[in-house]
Amino acid sequence: MYVYDEYDQSIVDARVEEFRDQVNRRLSGAMTEDQFKPLRLMNGLYLQLHAYMLRVAVPYGTLDSRQMRMLGHIARKYDRGYGHFTTRQNIQYNWIKLADAPDILAELATVQMHAIQTSGNCIRNISSDQFAGAAADEVADPRPWAELIRQWSTFHPEFTYLPRKFKIAVIAADEDRAAMRLHDIGIQLLERDGVLGAKIFVGGGMGRTPMIAHEVKDFITADHLMSYLEACLRVYNRYGRRDNIYKARIKILLHEIGVDAYRDQVEAEFAAIRELGIDPPLAELERITAMFAGPAFATDAPDTVDRSDPDFAVWLDQNVAAHKQPGHAVVTISLKPIGGIPGDASADQIDLMADLAERYGHDELRVTHAQNIVLPHVRKADLHSIWTALRDAGLAEANLDLISDIIACPGLDYCSLANARSIPLAQKIGERFAGRQRELGELKLKISGCINACGHHHAGHIGILGVDKKGTENYQLLLGGSGAEDVSLGKITGPGFDEDGVVDAIERVTDRYVELREGGERFLDTYRRVGMQPFKEAIYG
Amino acid sequence: MVDPITVNTNAGETLLRFRDDVVHDEPAVTLDAFLGQTNATAVRLEAGDDARELLDHLGQIALVEISFPTFRDGRGYSAARILREAGFEGELRAAGDVLVDQIPHMRRCGFDSFAPEKPIDGPTLTKLLALYPQPYQKAADARVPVWKLRHG
Ligand code: HEM
Ligand code: SF4
Repeated sequence: MYVYDEYDQSIVDARVEEFRDQVNRRLSGAMTEDQFKPLRLMNGLYLQLHAYMLRVAVPYGTLDSRQMRMLGHIARKYDRGYGHFTTRQNIQYNWIKLADAPDILAELATVQMHAIQTSGNCIRNISSDQFAGAAADEVADPRPWAELIRQWSTFHPEFTYLPRKFKIAVIAADEDRAAMRLHDIGIQLLERDGVLGAKIFVGGGMGRTPMIAHEVKDFITADHLMSYLEACLRVYNRYGRRDNIYKARIKILLHEIGVDAYRDQVEAEFAAIRELGIDPPLAELERITAMFAGPAFATDAPDTVDRSDPDFAVWLDQNVAAHKQPGHAVVTISLKPIGGIPGDASADQIDLMADLAERYGHDELRVTHAQNIVLPHVRKADLHSIWTALRDAGLAEANLDLISDIIACPGLDYCSLANARSIPLAQKIGERFAGRQRELGELKLKISGCINACGHHHAGHIGILGVDKKGTENYQLLLGGSGAEDVSLGKITGPGFDEDGVVDAIERVTDRYVELREGGERFLDTYRRVGMQPFKEAIYG
Repeated sequence: MVDPITVNTNAGETLLRFRDDVVHDEPAVTLDAFLGQTNATAVRLEAGDDARELLDHLGQIALVEISFPTFRDGRGYSAARILREAGFEGELRAAGDVLVDQIPHMRRCGFDSFAPEKPIDGPTLTKLLALYPQPYQKAADARVPVWKLRHG
């Protein structure tokens, strides 16, 4: 894992001091709310329906147990005993007092954490593959590159007032576990002639106009990555639309001028700046990479697991993935208990996960974009003990990638922009399908409470979008989206439903799928084979 | 120069300057006017103007003023860097909705003069400018990025 040196620490400490001063100026009235807003947003502080929400960065979703315990401590001391893990691998607290925010940042800084650029129209926290460093299919660990980008983008003086927020994801495997192509910039590391480099995709995003990122650069090596990204951002900063907030993302710029024109402009900019000394020396990437070398795995760890406990075996099959090291495994802890709030964890649960990481998991945890927690490096021999501890804490739901493993935005319960509630609907769906979800197999269901798409509904195998229909909550149903390597955007089935109606409609869709599926087809495969029509008929008769 | 010099211009503006030469007092002309009448020595760029159009004429320009219609409009940061990267050494002035918390970033992008609409609190600015011991990235100023401190 990356460990701060004195420079990193001094920057984060200075940030705490700066924000404390800004809060004081706001509280004293020296600054208006309008002037304060972009400054607090750049520290992850939003004003929601009931209180301030603070979003804390978990760079590329990686944490150690000390940091995880700090998240629990903050939930206990400054919130109502809960934290909410987000689709961008961060954590949010929903009940924060403005006057406490500087103290929270100061506490975070003691464990090398911060809330820098977790909101605002700047380059946001860099996201990555939650299995990085553990996956058998990666060409390299993507996180050193993500850390390099984190440093470059932190307080970037030119890109702090972009037209709109800017999200970057870095992966290094063909299987995309980070929805890379739904980011403003998606980066895939690959090896060519023995050299590691990056393929750059630009212009993905969700929101009201979802788009899949286009390939803009076939291959760029690490020695020019920063100047190339700087060129990408500069073209956007200069030409991205600022007249309409809904057209301000980079995806709209690419859509309007075309990917070829964008690429040409980036190349011209890149040619002008590539030799200006913007790129750190390769020694910097090497310094960072050394910190991600990973733990020394036991080479004699037994590779078999005792499956005699049937409940354990179900969890094992659903939530445990292969590790690159024999005798080891990757555990995904579901934060989607049936009837719970997707992504929420109590302070005690957070502490327990930290304990498990420390005791069994080489002290590492990950946050996933599907709002779950991963223990990336555990010994197979310890799986039963881990499962037992999780079960006792209500964390052993065996539903990874099943229909109840729902991504849901905060919706009308917290969010001032919402048309409809997301959380109660997620709870109802979980309860309705709990009994047959394993029979339905992989089925990613995602809910947004409005068109802003925080809940990734466009990328759900089944997506649900909350709309306002003459003052009442209404839900549209979408089928066929995917945020993975087979990326696609879902299509609306037809007229919307009320809350119970949409749950019934999903039931009809899944019943039809079970009738139609061939062999081991997932829902998404069947949908792609037969198209929308059979499902429409099932829903609307 | 760490602290700015406050200068009141003949036009009644209050400038904060991080340079000690004499204030250029020829009024700035628009980009269109400049490109049409190429003996002007001061130009004002609106947020949407392309700074690159000045690059062939930098030798004759003493002052470029870049407009910030609202502090949220960040185009001027890129315009400033483009001019500095091309070797412009004259006065680069940020004018308009320029607020104290944005000035440290503007300094890094190459601005060395400020014409804020509303007065800037001097002590706050001094504190903010000294706050961060070193930056992570190279920009248009002389500050040394962390990676260079790490690796020499
Ligand atoms: C409750 C307060 C929230 C508000 C007011 C809010 C607001 C917004 C808005 C306005 C957008 C659309 C931006 C655009 O496309 O230009 C958006 C997108 C998004 N938000 Fe939120 N959001 C909130 C909470 C959340 C939470 C809790 C999460 C994570 C679980 C989240 C994740 C996202 C994601 C992933 C997107 C889509 C990004 C994309 O377009 O590529 N948001 N949000
Ligand atoms: S999708 Fe809409 S309702 Fe849900 S959190 Fe985002 S802005 Fe709020």
